[in-house]
Amino acid sequence: MLYIKCPHCGMRPQIEFSYGGDASVKRPELNKEISDQEWDDFVYNRKSLRGKHLELWQHISGCRQWIKIERDTATHEIFKTFKADEEVA
Amino acid sequence: MSQDFRLESVGLINRDKKLSFKFNGKKYFGYEGDTLASALLANGVHLIGRSFKYHRPRGFFGAGVDEPYAIVQLYRNNETEPNIKATEQELFEGLEAKSVNCWPSVNFDIGAINNFLKIFLPAGFYYKTFMWPKSFWYRIYEPFIRKAAGLGVASIKHDKERYEHKYEYCDLLIAGSGPSGLSSAYAAAKNGAKVILAEDKPRFGGSLLTSDVNIGNQSGKDWAEGIIAELKTMPNVVVKNRSQIFGYYDHNMLVMSEKVSDHLPKTKKYHPNKRLWYIRAKEVLISSGSIERPIVFGNNDTPGVMLSSAAKEYLKVYGVLVGKNPLIFTNNDSGYETAIEFQKHGVQPVILDSRKNPESEIIDEAKSLGINIKNSYVVVAAQGYKKVKSADIASISDDKKQLGKIENIKCDCICVSGFWTPSIHLASQSGNKTKFKEEIDAFVPGNSKQQETTLGAANGVFSLEETLQTSFAKGRELSKKITNNDNEVSVPNVVEKKSSEHDKFWCVPLPTGKNYKRFLDFQNDVAVSDIEIALREGYRSIEHVKRYTTLGMATDQGKTSNLNGLQLVSDIENKVVPAVGHTTFRPPYTPISIGAIVGREVGKHSKPTRKSPMHSWHEKNNAVFVDAGVWLRPRYYKRGNENLFEGSKREAKNVRTNVGVCDVTTLGKIDIKGPDAAEFLNRIYTNAWLKLPVGKARYGVMLREDGIVMDDGTTTRISENHYHMTTTTAQAANVLSHLEYYLQLIWPELNVNVVSTTEQWAGAAIAGPKSRDVLQKLFPNLDVSNEGLPFMGYMEGDLFGVKARIFRISFSGELAYEINVESDNGNFMWQKIMEFGEEFKIQPYGTEALSTLRIEMGHVAGSELDGRTIPYDNALEGLVSKKKDFIGKRSLQRAAFIADDRQRIVGVVPLDKKTSIPEGSHLVKDANAPLPNPKLGHISASCWSVEYDNPFSLAIIKDGKNMIGEKLFVMSPLKNKVIPVEIVSSHYVDPKGERVRS
Repeated sequence: MLYIKCPHCGMRPQIEFSYGGDASVKRPELNKEISDQEWDDFVYNRKSLRGKHLELWQHISGCRQWIKIERDTATHEIFKTFKADEEVA
Repeated sequence: MSQDFRLESVGLINRDKKLSFKFNGKKYFGYEGDTLASALLANGVHLIGRSFKYHRPRGFFGAGVDEPYAIVQLYRNNETEPNIKATEQELFEGLEAKSVNCWPSVNFDIGAINNFLKIFLPAGFYYKTFMWPKSFWYRIYEPFIRKAAGLGVASIKHDKERYEHKYEYCDLLIAGSGPSGLSSAYAAAKNGAKVILAEDKPRFGGSLLTSDVNIGNQSGKDWAEGIIAELKTMPNVVVKNRSQIFGYYDHNMLVMSEKVSDHLPKTKKYHPNKRLWYIRAKEVLISSGSIERPIVFGNNDTPGVMLSSAAKEYLKVYGVLVGKNPLIFTNNDSGYETAIEFQKHGVQPVILDSRKNPESEIIDEAKSLGINIKNSYVVVAAQGYKKVKSADIASISDDKKQLGKIENIKCDCICVSGFWTPSIHLASQSGNKTKFKEEIDAFVPGNSKQQETTLGAANGVFSLEETLQTSFAKGRELSKKITNNDNEVSVPNVVEKKSSEHDKFWCVPLPTGKNYKRFLDFQNDVAVSDIEIALREGYRSIEHVKRYTTLGMATDQGKTSNLNGLQLVSDIENKVVPAVGHTTFRPPYTPISIGAIVGREVGKHSKPTRKSPMHSWHEKNNAVFVDAGVWLRPRYYKRGNENLFEGSKREAKNVRTNVGVCDVTTLGKIDIKGPDAAEFLNRIYTNAWLKLPVGKARYGVMLREDGIVMDDGTTTRISENHYHMTTTTAQAANVLSHLEYYLQLIWPELNVNVVSTTEQWAGAAIAGPKSRDVLQKLFPNLDVSNEGLPFMGYMEGDLFGVKARIFRISFSGELAYEINVESDNGNFMWQKIMEFGEEFKIQPYGTEALSTLRIEMGHVAGSELDGRTIPYDNALEGLVSKKKDFIGKRSLQRAAFIADDRQRIVGVVPLDKKTSIPEGSHLVKDANAPLPNPKLGHISASCWSVEYDNPFSLAIIKDGKNMIGEKLFVMSPLKNKVIPVEIVSSHYVDPKGERVRS
């Protein structure tokens, strides 16, 4: 079970969180004309990376904040966690 | 019966407390402190079961967790548990145990015929034999295998024992209380670190309990006792015996099973049977020791053949002789230590040493005691069926390939030592890539993967002095990092006898003309010949060899067999062991009771049960409840002998003709506040929200980004910047997360806050033509006329001193209102509604009537919004704005979603107006078409229309818009039904929606 540092609450066990997918995906702006391909890439197409991955989690049984976690998908090592609005360095 | 094999005054058992127990129905005696194994051995019982495949007699092989044979069915306090190791089960008064895997009895076992059929039961036997004819599998083969296999019988009774889970955090978690565990724990504790020291056995001390060593001028055992006694007094230390750390998971999370009550005849009041600890440790010290490795020879599974360390443990801890005429077969000095203990207690052993001319202090001591030692000698085969009677022995050439003349010598046990295998399971589970250590021909942990360090014998270090030095140093170093204290603890003097090297000999060649079974895996009956077959048939990867032969796949996970198996594969393949590699170690290290894993999450504790504030009223009024997610909701209110169908029909009819009241507390409710709330709703919902006036509600549909409907519900503008959103019961939590996602990540510029208020409000829906009359009585001072409170209107009122919210919204399709009050007043509200509704013939209605009412009206719910439908499919396209953007809008342009024959909701009526249509049935054009009959769609919800008094269903079918009026067939192969039906509009009742506006 992962041990995750919530940037708001501190170290918490994984059971308090729920996974929210790839954090690097950017939602196209509202009312913007975009191609089918762009939209498909946003909705469906994801890389299944081995290694460093920026992902979204929600501290669902804690502060309910969505956070970003930089995690190694192979080793589960967590390098850094970010608040929702924090710049990912 | 006297204990013929028990020594006087030797061992750590309590001779003052005699315990009686039964094995296979026969009564025996033992002492407090015995295990079932030691007590049976004290009584001379060596035959404990039958082997898994060949049903060969099985005795005891080890003295602890490594035991592959001695598995019993245990009976304790009217409960039974399978798969119990006799070597681990502590004796208690009245214990009963039975052999497994034998029928009719362990002495006369019919399955033993497999032993003579073994030529037909080679490796891969199941895969080869049971493949044809195919139809035989489930009728003949599988029942046969099921009957023959297994290690006991699971109880089918409800388990009355209680199991607990515990979460713990510590600085240092130490697995194993042998010399390295004790030393590191002591040093870390002295630095003020929070330490948990876990020992799987009842007694602390590990190898110090049995080895002849001196630490700090006292015996190893006394030193261990002193350390433990001191650790127990320290507030920063938790020491736990009978506690097995069995799994090493991510981020230094380990799981430990503590046997709290298994050693007692009965679990004490308020005590659990077992306690599962989830431990998050900053540092983990693995001091799990090592397990002695067997040497492979003919019939090496005969009862009486056991590990030499086990024989020593039975003698020194339990005062039990495993034989009175022991033969020691060794390739290293450990066998000598066992021999010396025998000799000291008046039993003359014979040592066969595969080495030619070994010299060491230990060997010198054995010689000086006059023990008969034969160098360059091996056991070729054990003789005897249910017990060792003698051994065929021979000299062996220096290259270990040629046997000399075979002699037979009498013996009643053969104690084997093929050197030691470090217990690297936990280190390996942590992700540590193990490495092969040539000197000990075994794997040891490599570089640390997590915060773990392996010490002592588990790390391949067999010198006590070195173990103590490194363990004290590590304990001090790691704790210093955490606590910043650095208290020096002096390492005590160690006196231990120096040993010489082992000779890596592990398998005795077969003598010419003999075909003895030489077992590698004792629990799964895997012999040398099986591995040879697997390799001959082309299996190369060790993972494949394992699965084909089942080597190391038994409940002992190959603790005694893995390395010898690897040796054999590497010998045949002409590789070195590290090139073959070992199979993956996975948790649990040893079988863990399912009860411990489940913990308290049984029965009512499996999931929370949520009840509305009106629950007690429903109970008193004969409500029959149904699970709706985690909520309990009334399904119908039973009157007399009514069944569900009759009761729900009555309730639904009463709504259509008079008025009904339904508890709608379970609906999800979300409070939305902020200056940008309207803009936010406009982006969340498919329809327009910017112009909704204060005091008005609106029905909305929200999509996922992929265009699929996520949820629906009404949202009401309470004041300028304050909205009250409702969601379906099932989606409440997901919708909240969804809203938070967009507010926190996508549009953080929107000034909006959301919070769940589901539990803050109790809700009652009053529905039916007379609902306005009831409402007027409840709020005599309010104008609730059609003009004063129009459809989709909202007002606040005073319900006899209680603040209430009144919404004119309808799920039933009738004139209807929903009243919300703070939860504490829910029951008060409900009683007032019933009181004032009485003159209008009000009746409560449950979820079944609720469904009927919404189905007749063609209102969609969870069975239509099933995660596969878009707004059009549910006839909700009118709510999809063309002007503004919203979540998921772009997806609605996908080719499949705008296809001309896109699926759509329709109504379905059976032609005979009588036959009920099963939900989930398929719709087809031709009932007699050849299979697979093309499916047009499925029935999503069915009811008995109370308006027309005939069955009515909703379906989602292909090209639904052009299907109205078509005659189709509903097919339900599950219920064996074919029903001719007509497709009608999904709005079966009041298609113009006049009633809700009346």
